[in-house]
Amino acid sequence: MPEPREPLTTDDVAKVANLAMLDLSDDELVTFTSQLDAVLDLAGELNQFDVAEVAPTAHPFGLTNVFRPDEPEPDDIADAIREEALAAGPEVEDHQYRVPPALGEAL
Amino acid sequence: MSQTRTETESASSEPNLLPEGWEMVIGLEVHAELATQTKMFSPARNQFGGDPNTNVHPVCLGLPGTLPVVNEKAVEHSIRIGLALNCTVQRCIWARKNYFYPDMPKDYQISQYDKPLNVDGWLDLPGGSRVGIERAHMEEDTGKSTHVGVSGRIHDAGYSLVDYNRAGVPLIEIVTRPEIRGPEQAKEYVEELRSILVTIGASDGKMEEGSLRVDANVSVRPTGADELRTRCEVKNVNSLRSLGRAIIYEARRHVDLYEAGDSPRQETRHWDEEAGRSRPGRSKEEAEDYRYFADPDLVPIDPSAEWIAEIAASIPALPKERRDALIGKGASAEAAAMAVGRQLDALALAAIEAGADADRVLTHVANNLAVDGAQNLDAGHLAELVKMETDGALTATQAKQVLAEMVETGSAPGAVAAAHGFEAMDTGELETLVDQLIADSPEEWERFVAGDDKARHKMQGFFTGQIMKATKGQADGKAVNQLLNQRASR
Amino acid sequence: MNQRFATATNIVAEVSSGARSAVDVVDEHLARIATDDGEIHAFNTVTADAARARAAEIDELVASGSEPGPLAGVPIALKDNMCTRGVRTTCSSKILEEWVPPYNATVVERLAEAGAVVVGKTNLDEFAMGSSTENSAFGPTRNPLDTGRVPGGSSGGSAAAVAAGFASLSLGSDTGGSIRQPAALCGLVGVKPTYGAVSRYGLIAFASSLDQIGPFAHTVGDAALIYDVLAGHDPRDSTSIVQPQASVLTDLGAPIDGLRVGVVKELSGQGNEAFEPAVVQAAADAAEALASAGAKVEDVSIPSAVAGLSAYYMIAPAEASSNLARYDGVRYGLRHDGPNTAAMMRASRTAGFGDEVKRRIMLGTYALSAGYYDAFYGKAQRIRTLMIQEFDEIYQNYDVLLSPTSPCVAFEFGAKADPLTMYYNDVCTIPSNLTGHPAISVPFGLGQAGLPIGVQILGPMLSEPRLFQVAAALEEVAPR
Ligand SMILES: [Mg+2]
Ligand SMILES: [Zn+2]
Repeated sequence: MPEPREPLTTDDVAKVANLAMLDLSDDELVTFTSQLDAVLDLAGELNQFDVAEVAPTAHPFGLTNVFRPDEPEPDDIADAIREEALAAGPEVEDHQYRVPPALGEAL
Repeated sequence: MSQTRTETESASSEPNLLPEGWEMVIGLEVHAELATQTKMFSPARNQFGGDPNTNVHPVCLGLPGTLPVVNEKAVEHSIRIGLALNCTVQRCIWARKNYFYPDMPKDYQISQYDKPLNVDGWLDLPGGSRVGIERAHMEEDTGKSTHVGVSGRIHDAGYSLVDYNRAGVPLIEIVTRPEIRGPEQAKEYVEELRSILVTIGASDGKMEEGSLRVDANVSVRPTGADELRTRCEVKNVNSLRSLGRAIIYEARRHVDLYEAGDSPRQETRHWDEEAGRSRPGRSKEEAEDYRYFADPDLVPIDPSAEWIAEIAASIPALPKERRDALIGKGASAEAAAMAVGRQLDALALAAIEAGADADRVLTHVANNLAVDGAQNLDAGHLAELVKMETDGALTATQAKQVLAEMVETGSAPGAVAAAHGFEAMDTGELETLVDQLIADSPEEWERFVAGDDKARHKMQGFFTGQIMKATKGQADGKAVNQLLNQRASR
Repeated sequence: MNQRFATATNIVAEVSSGARSAVDVVDEHLARIATDDGEIHAFNTVTADAARARAAEIDELVASGSEPGPLAGVPIALKDNMCTRGVRTTCSSKILEEWVPPYNATVVERLAEAGAVVVGKTNLDEFAMGSSTENSAFGPTRNPLDTGRVPGGSSGGSAAAVAAGFASLSLGSDTGGSIRQPAALCGLVGVKPTYGAVSRYGLIAFASSLDQIGPFAHTVGDAALIYDVLAGHDPRDSTSIVQPQASVLTDLGAPIDGLRVGVVKELSGQGNEAFEPAVVQAAADAAEALASAGAKVEDVSIPSAVAGLSAYYMIAPAEASSNLARYDGVRYGLRHDGPNTAAMMRASRTAGFGDEVKRRIMLGTYALSAGYYDAFYGKAQRIRTLMIQEFDEIYQNYDVLLSPTSPCVAFEFGAKADPLTMYYNDVCTIPSNLTGHPAISVPFGLGQAGLPIGVQILGPMLSEPRLFQVAAALEEVAPR
């Protein structure tokens, strides 16, 4: 039997937005809450199936033990990629990515 | 805050550093960087130091579209560690630990969660205690931020610079059960663990380079109780000394809170070595929710029995086994630990087995051999040298000199001693010299005979020094002392 | 088949024999882009100069007598979520608007080696989240068959590029139907390969356990030509299938007598108001046509198939919420400043992502969060196992299965503004993504306003040769 679900609240969505590092306006909060609640209703269909004894899928065809050898990429390729990757940085100083100070974080 | 702390013996034979009636409950999480050429999931180099962002690749920078592929060597090392810690090695899966942090390129860490590689092991410490290992799982390291600001302190910092050289370096996280009862046992555990990691070649174990990092989960409880109370995880412990201090500080903080009718709250705290105290870390207004789930970019590791057996066969003798071998030959526990710690135990054991006196062999290992070069010393030669000493053919001073030359040239001790014209001095000859010196130094002799222990010790140095000078170091210092004391008590 | 444009198969034949130059072929396609793409908006970026240069290289290879590759001179368009070194790759998101990757996706390298010529990067629903290409941060793509309608999505730009004659082939990515549905809506063949058959390295992830790259083509033969180039093991993708894959060209055109075909009751649209009647009818006609060609056709039931949509809308957003965490303004992409790192990350993500992306990130974050994981994400992953088991059981007795691709033909802009209504579009395509099995959509008949309908052929793991064989048979008998 599907268990009745508590409807999603704006507090729930605010908490989730916070975890996901998104800021929502009050209007957005209300709209998203009703939209997300409707999708969660869909999930109710899952309760029609008894899967307590079924294992979750990790890989559809059960692939295991995929490894690569411990060999470095040639230095010239690594150097070129480093320069191109750093060139894409929004703010780079002395070959490092510059960010505003962390807050409330003692390292 | 200040209380009289009674220092009695606790069950673990450590002095009790807490007020009467309280005991510490400590679990340790050790992160060790694995000794590989490349990172956990990318072909970038795993190398300490180097210019910022030189050991990077699209994968470990977390660039869009990149995918992780597991470094086989890192798994092999991790299995080796699990076996050395008596763990069950099992089928395991990778999980993503989700949280936002600029040092972490993907804003999730690939780690292991409910199905780690190694579980349920233990480690026996030199002092005789056993620490249970809950798990030893694989994960990737983060990058490093440098805070740039006028005062260099975090809260005044203008900005931070991020270097991803360390991001993605393979780590093993070894988690003990909460069975450690004090700072000494904690340090003993870390030292023993470090020694194992180095012995099996899985990690260089360098705490000073951050390749071995220790977090301590500390709580307290009434002595003898079974309960587990709220624990705090103390991070940023960068040396064994800090580890001991941090544990004591944190445990006392908990006791103080309980005795004041309050209680600690579960949190991560950072050890400030300079201030000698821990501080709360990241603000915990909302409990952390890492949203662990199986990483869909990776597949399970299911090590075959053959692979595990092959790795097990490659594990060399572990420190405990090596210490026990020396102890079995008459070495003290301390001397054995020292020899193993200096990686000179095989040499010592071979020399002792060749018939040399254990104490003298271990004295040379402790005091007269540099680790570098000594590895090449022939154990047979060392045994011969010690035999010459015990036979009285060489004095301790001469033996030390001969040993140094043996290390350098690889020559046999007999040849070196002969080249120097070292021969044990005839006892009669030495007696004559000592008596002559006493006659020539009446004032000094007076002070030696009449002086208290301190004065006598000082004068002893004078007489021994003179005899050594006269014999060009060939005299046996011990014999000289014996003669002086004999003459004085007449 | 109404063939307005040259097939890739013809282009390869002409270019390799020297009958026509690759430069000429590419110029013809670039000319159509220049004339028509202002209206269609299939492309985010057109790489005209690089394409001409590459075409000239192919011509030189031909002139020098070297083997120019199985896709010699074929103009191809890439969905703009596949990394191209030196060419911006945006995912049609403001957050990656200016991002230029320092590396190539594996498929890009494979195409280059095969002699294909990339003409540009195509528009998509932001981060491939959508079924109409209306969610692009750079504006929607129009369906070349009726510019008042959507081309489908999320690979709408790639579908439109082929349908409009801007490229002879294109690549899309399919997480819940994002190749097959736009192929159906634009009258093309679209292939969702077996999970792991084509490398995902360099494909910007939406939902890692479901994403697969596949082709759009005018004909089954063209799709087969490029499929053989794309498929194969890639050591850079841990989920890539290791075993060798058979060529899909071998059985193309082989008769299908005796082949066992199942019509999936739960996906047929029978008695379902959300399905356009012409679509339901076309699928039934296709089954009839296969039977006439000698196949043994029967109705089958896969009860868990109805749970596909709900399981998908837990799993895909959950994986996406984690995959899209890296867009934080630190290393690449859009940055909006803030007084501290966390504020900067928030500001960048808030400004950089569109509503649909935010919706799915929040949904996925919720499905994974403490206290909800078991009821939502955990349960969905178990349903997935159940579906794999049920499909595998059916494949004991049937070679392939059949269903409509999309419940309706191309719809008008704004017709499905409600997220749930839009999500429902994927109901037939989602099961193959959850099971990892391959599927092909082939045009079959016309629906409302004379727009094309697609039917879908499903098969077990690595059954691509069989799927292409059946698809070719259907193509033969499709009403035109
Ligand atoms: Mg930890
Ligand atoms: Zn860790």
